[in-house]
Amino acid sequence: MILLATLLSLPIFTIASFLLYPSSEVWQHLRETVLNEYLLNSALLMLGVASATLVIGVGCAWLTSLCVFPGKKLFAWALLMPLAFPGYIIAYTYTGMFDFAGPLQSWIRDLTGWGYQDYYFPEIRSLGGAITMFSLVLYPYVYLLSRAAFLEQSVCVLEVSRTLGCSVWSSFYRIALPLARPAIVAGVSLALMETLADYGTVSFFGLGVFTTGIFRTWFGLGDGAAAAKLAAILLMFVFTLVIIERWSRKRARYHHTSSRYSRLPQYHLRGYRAVLAFCACFFPLFFGFILPAGQLGLWALETWDSMVDASFVALTLNSVMLAASAAALAVALALFLVYGKRQFSGKAVIASVRVVATGYAIPGTVVAVGVIIPLPWFDTRIDSLMSGHFGISTGLLLSGSLFAVMFAYMVRFLAVSVQSVESGLGKIRQSMDEAARSLSYTPTQILLRVHLPLMKATVLTAFLIVFVDVMKELPATLILRPFNFNTLAVRAFELAGDERLADSSTAALMIVAVGLVPVLLLSRGISASRAGS
Amino acid sequence: MTSQLDVENLDAGYDDLQVLNQVSFSLHPGEIGCMLGPSGCGKTTVLRAIAGFEAAWDGRILIDNREVSTSEFSLPPERRNIGMVFQDFALFPHLKVEDNVRFGLHRQPRQEQQARVQEMLAIVGMLAYAQAYPHQLSGGQQQRVALARALAPSPAILLLDEPFSNMDVELREQLAREVRSILKQENNTAVLVTHDQNEAFAMADQICVMNEGSIMQQGSGYDLYHRPLNRFVADFIGQGVIIPATVENATTVKTDLGRIQGKNRIDASPGSTVDVLIRPDDIVHDDTSEESAIVVEKAFRGADFLYFLRMDSGVEVMCLAPSHHNHKINERIGIRLNLDHLVTFSRT
Repeated sequence: MILLATLLSLPIFTIASFLLYPSSEVWQHLRETVLNEYLLNSALLMLGVASATLVIGVGCAWLTSLCVFPGKKLFAWALLMPLAFPGYIIAYTYTGMFDFAGPLQSWIRDLTGWGYQDYYFPEIRSLGGAITMFSLVLYPYVYLLSRAAFLEQSVCVLEVSRTLGCSVWSSFYRIALPLARPAIVAGVSLALMETLADYGTVSFFGLGVFTTGIFRTWFGLGDGAAAAKLAAILLMFVFTLVIIERWSRKRARYHHTSSRYSRLPQYHLRGYRAVLAFCACFFPLFFGFILPAGQLGLWALETWDSMVDASFVALTLNSVMLAASAAALAVALALFLVYGKRQFSGKAVIASVRVVATGYAIPGTVVAVGVIIPLPWFDTRIDSLMSGHFGISTGLLLSGSLFAVMFAYMVRFLAVSVQSVESGLGKIRQSMDEAARSLSYTPTQILLRVHLPLMKATVLTAFLIVFVDVMKELPATLILRPFNFNTLAVRAFELAGDERLADSSTAALMIVAVGLVPVLLLSRGISASRAGS
Repeated sequence: MTSQLDVENLDAGYDDLQVLNQVSFSLHPGEIGCMLGPSGCGKTTVLRAIAGFEAAWDGRILIDNREVSTSEFSLPPERRNIGMVFQDFALFPHLKVEDNVRFGLHRQPRQEQQARVQEMLAIVGMLAYAQAYPHQLSGGQQQRVALARALAPSPAILLLDEPFSNMDVELREQLAREVRSILKQENNTAVLVTHDQNEAFAMADQICVMNEGSIMQQGSGYDLYHRPLNRFVADFIGQGVIIPATVENATTVKTDLGRIQGKNRIDASPGSTVDVLIRPDDIVHDDTSEESAIVVEKAFRGADFLYFLRMDSGVEVMCLAPSHHNHKINERIGIRLNLDHLVTFSRT
């Protein structure tokens, strides 16, 4: 188990070690030219996404948890739907709609008779555009966590504040918001982690940030060490976020003043207030999901005939097979780790599960670089060993095959399945095992008769989530895939990069459709979570 | 009469922390024993050692005169023929009530299983809920199902780990009496763990009061209340105060409340000072008495009043008075000593 954790943390340590590596010429060059741009852009991007997700996420969470207005129940779960969009897909959908040749600007020109440069229209492919795109698909993280926090808050606290003379709104500002702060901070950090991890959007928009820089340095300048150094700096950003996130989650636990729930107070909104609330919830949903999904659907209808052919089917099969096997492996390893932790609760074991759990925060680009640096070393070792003993040359056994991709997926996504399986196993209390043993069942029988039926749903959920994450994953697949091996995500990205936006829509729509599955699962959980207690 | 359960000089603990220290007790068939003590005293560890979830460091445990735990060997729980009711009931959420009860009967033929399940559900009064799932039941109902499940395989010993602690206070004693009558009806031997003495009194025949890993005293509720062997038991069981007294002869002491004569020899020389335990029910409120004290505090408890009184010498005692005698604070009331059991402790 500890071995597994060590293996999985190998890429992270590889990257981190490059911080100490002597600087190359390329690195000097980078420092003098683009490093400041990367830092500035990343900082602006984070600032913009943080404030936008904060306003949208917390606002909608408050409205859907404590107010009553038309459509509230629908919004409560539908607001999660933008989560199904990978950033890069929404980015080029919007580009297709709003750039110069797109339907909206053409329509304006037709209507007014203006020509090129006669009018101002915001440029989508810009920093501001990127902030908008990220905010539209990432606000659900903040929404999800702050809504949960609002729902968990004791009614008494809010009611006490009302009896002490606070109005509805001031009790929100002075009580509910501070109480939910740890959850909100955690949600924003998650959104920022995703922002830093993104490669597809920023590269499509031509923005110079760390992930695009890593690609450029590696493939443009051919300097692996300098790329790894960039990755290491990115990693420091990410770890800061991870620490902030964990710390606020820990604090969230102490913020529950009372565990008694009763019905939450519901503020009935009428007239213009109800309309405002409706719009506040409708706009994020509309721009984050309905509009781009509609556009993708239209494009897909147009290009359907030419795009869906044998190679598209092969592509889909590739993606599904890859995602399914990665998900199966992730679930198997997660079961192994989690049961190991339950059985032998030593410090080393708990630490290794924790190490595995950080993987999810690490950007795919960083993981890819961290995987691709050590693997060829193993390859040459194995190759010389095999040709020395058996006369067989194994070539690039690991780094040139799907092994590398799979390994990177495990580093990045094992955390998801571990978390899911762990929460499932947590529901099977130790006393249930003991009850079964006192009723003369052996440990093996308990596994079959008690654990298996109870864990089925959790294992399935873990499988699904990893499956979808792999389907959407772009940068690691892009770097590590074997020659001529394509997935839906890579194909959609390549087509969009060639400005064939409409052609990429079928693949994109497919990814979004698959991505909706866990979102719907999540939203079902949301509506059930309060009803049961 | 042979015993059903023997715990002999048991030492046990977790990692390198010793929790139990030379614990010994036995139960006859059909007897209900209770481990009573404050939290952290090791009472649950005793239960888990009997069940086989914790190993014995030293000493041994016998069930039905068969060794199940020694320092070298521990029979796994599934082969000990025990039943256990857990604090959180640990019902299997994916199984219906009847399947939960049937769970332990997996080695019996199908028809016998069905008959036994019906019988057990009838005994605990849950026949109507056979098809329900655990989450549809109230706490008290889950408790009954857990009991039926544990009793269905007819275990040699039933272990109950704080089974009423998740219940409303009003329900606890009623449930304890119900469980006792079910166990007595089936002639089960059982060990109960609790920190609530009223629960222990309501259920158990034999109570072991534990503190810091050792049994301080074993006996009936009556014995523990009226004949505590040490200050811990005197303090833990029931209420009372300890006042100083001078020994007059082998059976008599003199206190501020007057002379008290006991039945047993006092283990101290005449003239020396000892401590005497005075229970609230040892002092009777009597308006005609010459002795009197001032009411410092009072608590109305429905059937009676508990008065906290200060005597002229400054010694404070408690007095249980019928609920009609409503006196004010600072009022002087007459009291009389009516003590059947003289309990003395030497001064340290």
